[in-house]
Amino acid sequence: MADANFAPMLAGAHRARAFGATLSGWGLALPATILMLAMILIPTLVAMLLAVTDYQLGARSIQYIGLGNFAELLNDRVFWRAFNNTLIYTLMTVPTAVLLGLGVALLIEADAFGRGFFRTVYFLPVTALLVAMATVWEFILHSDLGLVNQLLARVFGISGPDWLSDPNHVLSSLAFIFVWQQTGYNMILFLAGLKAIPSDLYSAAKVDGADRAIDRFLMVTWPALGPTMLFVVLITTLYSFRVFDTVAALTQGGPANASNVLLYNIYREGFVYFRTGFASAMTMIFLALILLVALIQIHSFERKEKRS
Amino acid sequence: MSRSTPLRPKRWTFGRITRLLVLSAGAMIMLAPFIWGFSASLKPPAEIWSGSILLWPETFYGIENYTQALTRAPLWLFLINGVLVCIGILFFQVLFAVPCAYALSKTRFAGRTAIFAMVLIGLLIPIHVTAIPLYIAFANLGLLNTYTALIAPFAISVFGIFLFRQFFAAIPDELIAAARVDGFSEWTIVWRVVLPAAWPAVTAFAIFSVTSHWNDLFWPFIVIQSTELAPPPLGVLYFRRDESGVDFGPMMAATMIVTAPLVVAFLLAQRRFIDGITLSGLKG
Repeated sequence: MADANFAPMLAGAHRARAFGATLSGWGLALPATILMLAMILIPTLVAMLLAVTDYQLGARSIQYIGLGNFAELLNDRVFWRAFNNTLIYTLMTVPTAVLLGLGVALLIEADAFGRGFFRTVYFLPVTALLVAMATVWEFILHSDLGLVNQLLARVFGISGPDWLSDPNHVLSSLAFIFVWQQTGYNMILFLAGLKAIPSDLYSAAKVDGADRAIDRFLMVTWPALGPTMLFVVLITTLYSFRVFDTVAALTQGGPANASNVLLYNIYREGFVYFRTGFASAMTMIFLALILLVALIQIHSFERKEKRS
Repeated sequence: MSRSTPLRPKRWTFGRITRLLVLSAGAMIMLAPFIWGFSASLKPPAEIWSGSILLWPETFYGIENYTQALTRAPLWLFLINGVLVCIGILFFQVLFAVPCAYALSKTRFAGRTAIFAMVLIGLLIPIHVTAIPLYIAFANLGLLNTYTALIAPFAISVFGIFLFRQFFAAIPDELIAAARVDGFSEWTIVWRVVLPAAWPAVTAFAIFSVTSHWNDLFWPFIVIQSTELAPPPLGVLYFRRDESGVDFGPMMAATMIVTAPLVVAFLLAQRRFIDGITLSGLKG
């Protein structure tokens, strides 16, 4: 842009214009920048700092304790329970919600009949207020009155468990509610991925002898969906890590921490017991998990960039 | 995959029937809480407590349940709070993100890269990470339990900046140059030239923003203590706490009332909703 051979006189004007551009650029970006600092970046920094202190909300003193909070976390059984529950929950939800989303997308695309109707129905849970619908699920899963156990009793003569109060079932019940909501979301992402596959790939596969649907799926659809698949897996993982609403509404982490998860534990330590420093340390663990997922995403994105 | 024979109805092959059966079975599960919740909201306590599996009540009790739901908790207030908070958030998000995105995509100035780096870092950080420091700050400012506390943390959307920046990049530079020649100030260009040109992005972002904040429980749960200020998700929680799970009819009526607005909006503008909500996939 700037031409080095121009007379010094022009360089002065150029500088003035560059200065003007900087001024107006900053003018436009300044409000947003201040808010980014105030609402996101500085609070994140403060959370990092709090994590190495013994601060308790309302306390007059604050002391640097290094990695003390993290050392305490290592021995905190409730934290480990919440941490493990979050991972188990994620291991339950991600494969289920991803494969169901893919399955529904494939089935919907396979034939024109009812395509729009099914897409709407499967997406409907995504638009529902989770806390409210979780309340309905709680009613459906109720140990005596619930539809599920009523059907189990009437059709199969089995007395179903207390889905949300039995420590052996509570986490899977919450995972089920998550999958119920996430499947439609994943379906939409997969539908977009399927639409992006060029149709001549399918014709080419047919020429190559892929006569059955399963052959075409393995030869064309599955490889072509690779990037979408990774993306859906990572998104679903992130959302699973963030599980909070259903726990806060239905179980409060119970019974006996059987459904306690990271965010709910952070909430309890930070905003019920006001152990601010300790909760901040846990927040850092949560942040580390999120950043891990983001790193995988960035890494795979860069690999894709290089290839293309 | 073929959609080539619309005139002659295709034969009902085994594959097509299986597809229909499987999709219908899944659809039943997807719709179950809507249907069963609605059904229970019309039933008298006796039918609920007998564990009836009939869809339609033997004695219609809908009016009683809905009246009770609306009188026991200020459901309308929850909905109004939700609307106010979502509009407030969206207003500030657009107000701050659009000029910043414009500056990042259409002007060159020292410090631009630094601001964009902040945006990228901001994309990685959800409210759960900043919640504790923000809570302390709001507590010190005496702002807990106010609309300000509900809106302020989300007044800036780095995702909005990121998204708008990409859309603005597609606007031809000549358009902006022409506006500058015509003597428009940069601020006028932002609101009168750039924003209208990026309208699809704004609608998609608006739907994304409204649905995510309408559904957010975490932050209101932390900063709001009084029923009068609760947005819908927190309102449902208050309702649950007060009912303590004994009176299912009014409770189901309440869940139907708070769920209805977004579901109806979705049914009315499906394509836009799907586009808007799936935007969050970009955000992660």
